[in-house]
Amino acid sequence: MVSTTLAGARCSTTLKALGAVGNNVPVYLTLTSAALSPDQNATDLGYLLHKHPDRAQEFGVTAGTAHVFYPEADEHRCTVALLLEVDPIALVRGRRRGGGRSGDGLTLGQYVNDRPYAASSMLAVALGKVFRTALAGRCDARPDLVDRPLSLDVHVPSLPGGAELVRDLFEPLGWQVDASPVPLDETIPEWGPSRYVDLRLTGSQVLSQALSHLYVLLPALDDAKHYWVTSDEVDKLVRAGEGWLAGHPQRELITRRYLKHQRELVETATSRLLEAEDVPVDLAADEPAPRPLVALRKEAVLAALQESGAQRVVDLGCGEGALLRWLIDDARYGEVVGADVSPLALSRAEKRLNLDRMPDTQRARLTLLQSSLTYRDDRIAGYDAIVLMEVVEHLDPDRLPALEQTVFGHARPKTVIVTTPNSEHNVRYEKLAAGAMRHPDHRFEWTRAEFRAWADGVAAMHGYATAYSPIGEDDPEVGPPTQMAVFTRREAVAT
Amino acid sequence: MSELAIPELCLVVLVGASGSGKSTFARQHFGQYEVLSSDFCRGLVADDENDQAATKDAFEVLNFIAGKRLAAGRLTVVDATNVQPDGRRQLVELARAHDVLPVAIVLDLPEKIAVARNAERPDRDFGAHVVRRQRDQLRRGLKRLTKEGFRKVHVLSSVEEVDAATIVRERLLTDFTDQHGPFDVIGDIHGCRSELETLLTKLGYAIVRDDEGRPVDAVHPEGRKAVFVGDLVDRGPDSPGVLRLVMGMVGARHGFCVPGNHENKLVRALQGRDVKRSHGLEETLDQLSRETEEFRKEVERFCYDLVSHLVLDDGRLVVAHAGLKEAYHGRASGRVRSFALYGDSTGETDEFGLPVRYPWANDYRGRAMVLYGHTPTPEAEWVNNTMCLDTGCVFGGRLTALRYPEKEAVDVPAEQVWYEPVKPLAPSPGAVVERAHDQLDIEDVLGKRVIETAYHGRVTVHEENAAGALEVMSRFALHPRWLPYLPPTMSPVATSARPDVLEHPDEAFAGYAALGVTDLICEEKHMGSRAVVLVCRDEDAAGRRFGAGDGETGAVYTRTGRSFFSPGLTEELLAGVRESVGKADLWTELDTDWLLLDCELLPWSAKGGELIRNQYAGVGAAARTALPNAVIGLVQAQARGVDIGDLGERTALRAMNADAFTAAYRRYVWETGVDLPPGEAHLDGVSIAPFQVLATEGRTHVETDHGWHLRIADRLVEAAPELFRTTRRLRVDTGAPESTAAGAAWWEAITADGGEGMVVKPYAGLVRTKKGGLVQPGMKVRGKEYLRIIYGPDYTAPEHLARLRDRNLGHKRSLALREYALGLESLTRFAGGEPLWRVHEPVFAVLALESEPVDPRL
Repeated sequence: MVSTTLAGARCSTTLKALGAVGNNVPVYLTLTSAALSPDQNATDLGYLLHKHPDRAQEFGVTAGTAHVFYPEADEHRCTVALLLEVDPIALVRGRRRGGGRSGDGLTLGQYVNDRPYAASSMLAVALGKVFRTALAGRCDARPDLVDRPLSLDVHVPSLPGGAELVRDLFEPLGWQVDASPVPLDETIPEWGPSRYVDLRLTGSQVLSQALSHLYVLLPALDDAKHYWVTSDEVDKLVRAGEGWLAGHPQRELITRRYLKHQRELVETATSRLLEAEDVPVDLAADEPAPRPLVALRKEAVLAALQESGAQRVVDLGCGEGALLRWLIDDARYGEVVGADVSPLALSRAEKRLNLDRMPDTQRARLTLLQSSLTYRDDRIAGYDAIVLMEVVEHLDPDRLPALEQTVFGHARPKTVIVTTPNSEHNVRYEKLAAGAMRHPDHRFEWTRAEFRAWADGVAAMHGYATAYSPIGEDDPEVGPPTQMAVFTRREAVAT
Repeated sequence: MSELAIPELCLVVLVGASGSGKSTFARQHFGQYEVLSSDFCRGLVADDENDQAATKDAFEVLNFIAGKRLAAGRLTVVDATNVQPDGRRQLVELARAHDVLPVAIVLDLPEKIAVARNAERPDRDFGAHVVRRQRDQLRRGLKRLTKEGFRKVHVLSSVEEVDAATIVRERLLTDFTDQHGPFDVIGDIHGCRSELETLLTKLGYAIVRDDEGRPVDAVHPEGRKAVFVGDLVDRGPDSPGVLRLVMGMVGARHGFCVPGNHENKLVRALQGRDVKRSHGLEETLDQLSRETEEFRKEVERFCYDLVSHLVLDDGRLVVAHAGLKEAYHGRASGRVRSFALYGDSTGETDEFGLPVRYPWANDYRGRAMVLYGHTPTPEAEWVNNTMCLDTGCVFGGRLTALRYPEKEAVDVPAEQVWYEPVKPLAPSPGAVVERAHDQLDIEDVLGKRVIETAYHGRVTVHEENAAGALEVMSRFALHPRWLPYLPPTMSPVATSARPDVLEHPDEAFAGYAALGVTDLICEEKHMGSRAVVLVCRDEDAAGRRFGAGDGETGAVYTRTGRSFFSPGLTEELLAGVRESVGKADLWTELDTDWLLLDCELLPWSAKGGELIRNQYAGVGAAARTALPNAVIGLVQAQARGVDIGDLGERTALRAMNADAFTAAYRRYVWETGVDLPPGEAHLDGVSIAPFQVLATEGRTHVETDHGWHLRIADRLVEAAPELFRTTRRLRVDTGAPESTAAGAAWWEAITADGGEGMVVKPYAGLVRTKKGGLVQPGMKVRGKEYLRIIYGPDYTAPEHLARLRDRNLGHKRSLALREYALGLESLTRFAGGEPLWRVHEPVFAVLALESEPVDPRL
């Protein structure tokens, strides 16, 4: 019933839930029911949950051992506690058996992490197993109790997720939410809050609904599922979300995170949820209207390439191959080289471009190779054009001369196309702090004048002419979001 | 008996009809692998030596193998009929492609002998007409062989001649590998006879003069020999005088000379050919016209006989006028001579109308030192183990010599500007910011590599590890000129059998004692990050030695070559270090203007702040919120009479462990100003604990004992106690039980006090085992509480400790040793002034090895 597919190489990247050796200490959650009137008995909770209030019980679950016990149980108040002792060894071994790349994930984070303490998908899985019948809304002994709302108080002392998000997820479901942020370290107040909140939910809820809220929302809040998501997760989500998820204002976020950001699964789940509630399916409604800058940039670069008449082209810093796709689909480019310094990016490009299924004639036009901007490389020399699309700003300024040598001095193509952000335009991004850069790995962002000063200097030193053009809306005040320079080699004076 | 002379390295093409005895001849005179037979290659590709249908494939195989052999500089013999011009043309092209001379040996035997021999061999079932046709083709081509490009042609026309022939392998004209010097290699003279005399005298030579007082020889009392890089003549005041002296020295075996382009042109002029009398040739011919006809003939002969380049001292030194790329060393062809005379040119001309020269030396990766002239430069400078010695004497610069093997430049100034240069000698200001030869090639690092280390033999880097390192090096590391060294990883001590700890000093003492190393030093392990500090005395030294610009005077970097701080903060820190080095008088004492220090930079939070916050503090926060709540719940349940077994106790203990875990990481955190926004950032709170002087100009200090290193460190601490931090230490003699007990007690005291632990090292520094292997340079012994951060809050529980003891240190130790050897290698190359690509190679390899999968907790 618990789908924990641990096979396949993907596990090594998705399975972050590896506890430190010997850290099988509890993940903890309590749920308290209070009697609202004299005719109610709080200990009815025991019937509903199928767990006797006077006994501590333990259950084997995939993640380790789940303990259920009642810290308090009388007719006025009844509290059930679920305590999960994570067994990290099983998970680490599962990963190894899963055949991840050797050496993958050999980091300390694998051994010391928050999994054994934080309420996460593992707690949700334990919840689903231990309280299965209650979650399904069945109670053979006391069927009369099943649909009766209870006055509930849920306590999850370390729940990942910001206080705001926690409120956004639980409040629409009728819970009163008290989420106090847990400080990262109370002795070092300047560090601020951790990613955990100490959560208390109170409200009048039917138990099976309350449990299904936790079952779906705990993993969504943690956003780091401990197992690989397959299509039967969609079934589980649809089942658990019945009656409340389709109309939830945060449906999209919940679904996306629950299904680990897998677009296809998310779309399937969304359609099924909406159909089940008779809501018309219109997924396209959420699509943003303006053409994204990425597309504009690609178009501008392709147009410049076309104009240069280049047939043999190098995309230097090709990443996962966004531009390569277009280049190899255009027969005018007889030879296309995608070069990147990251072996991971290259292997992703290989997958994204479906290299192993590409027709021979097309495949023969494409070469992927690992190269670096700062080491000169004969393999990229002698081509018609080199594209540096959003690449230069990822180099430290003192390494730019090496890039200039590599590209303009050594490889010396007829045409070099460089695009880079225009920092003047940053003030137009509301979410960007003043003076901040657009990407954490940007080492600099140039104004239009700075870009031209650099490009003109390089062109003069290496015998190129430059032409500049804006990409994206050319704001009269701060210029376009992206700027492009096309360098054309001045033909050598022959003697 | 006739002797057939062939060059030691050449492509020998046997020519003869089937049955003329080529294979027998080849077997008799050449080595088993030197001979490539077309018949054999037919067999390789078609299982039949006589399958004519396989001829094309067979020759492709033959040419491929021949190409590999010639590229490696091995004499190769092609045993095929080679009677058709087309086949021979391909072989001549192959020889030229590898710059070796093609030689033909023709077996032109009477037809009946060949026919008779074929008849004896059952596998050769072709008729006599085949032999006849082949012989006809051979005879037709015989006269054309020289024209086809064969530099030597030997024809054997009878069985007797074949039987009597012997092969004599002659040295190549360029081969002076048996000359070991020492040499004084002298740059372009251009008729500056007086400066040459002054330079030779300064170098210690005694000038010999003829009756007219003209210098005709120079003799060095220690038997040193001069090597002239050519361009003796033109432009200057006394070309004949220079020629007289140099010809005298070469004739008396006191010197060697290679031709320059000016000698090349002079020969043609003297031969009466029509040459343009430009670039100073006019002056030379004018001066020579005042000499005797005999002298002019002598000059013509001397210049004509000069060999394109010289390979000296077992191939360690190559001299050519315009330099020579490695593939051409010891080779002979038109293009080799052209390169040696004129260099590599791009075919373009610059704004002064002079040819644009391709900077071949920037790409040079050869092991031989190459000395040359040809292009006047203001300073003689090392470029990848090559040096141009033309310092423009005739243009008013200097005449420069390099002492070999000392690598010491000696020069004398020009007495005057003898000839106005077309192009100014000094580079235009600001033209070249980056030293072009500092540019590294992807070939220097990528792919599987085997690095020869002086201390530990070969170290292999696997392709996938190099690929990973390329990304890290390219994206995050400092400019390679600032990274002469990356610190090696260090192995922990063997696992302790004590019940309560994983690591203990006793195992370190015993481990070293077992290897015969008894004199040890324990150094406190600082609670910071490993840091390498490279500091220059001033901007000038940084520019000169490291090619730095922009006011950079050094670097402060991590184990993976990343800078700790922004450029501004780095310079601020370096200023402090520099001042202290000055105060401690180390510049003078160590005779250096830069220092490379191995250090620990504190606090850990200065670099690892994000890791501590995201990982350790996060784990602590989650645990310390969840666990106390669980404990309360369990206590309540127990109070109600619920039997919870040992769950309560277990959970309570873990709550305590979580607190201990938090306490452990907190010790690594204190406030500094390094993360403040630019402009506000400062270094308050940051300190450095140096513990080893890795290298200074011209030398490494890896074989000096740690007592010396720590005394230097102490002097820095004394000079700036707020910046530098002492490394506490204790010397231990493994032979004395009270000494090892004191060592263990010291470790216990340090770690009980919250310290991280200690590193145990051989006191002497670099130490070898009796068998000669390298001994681990250090072993870390980490404290019990520190290991909580590494192994997790609950690792001290007996059941977990028992499991954790089963850790495999083998790979980690091997890795530590290999990285140590690579570190030593890079330091040696760096201190020895080797080119950047040579220093970068082992540095890059350390980073690559770091991506080998090893338990990160070790």
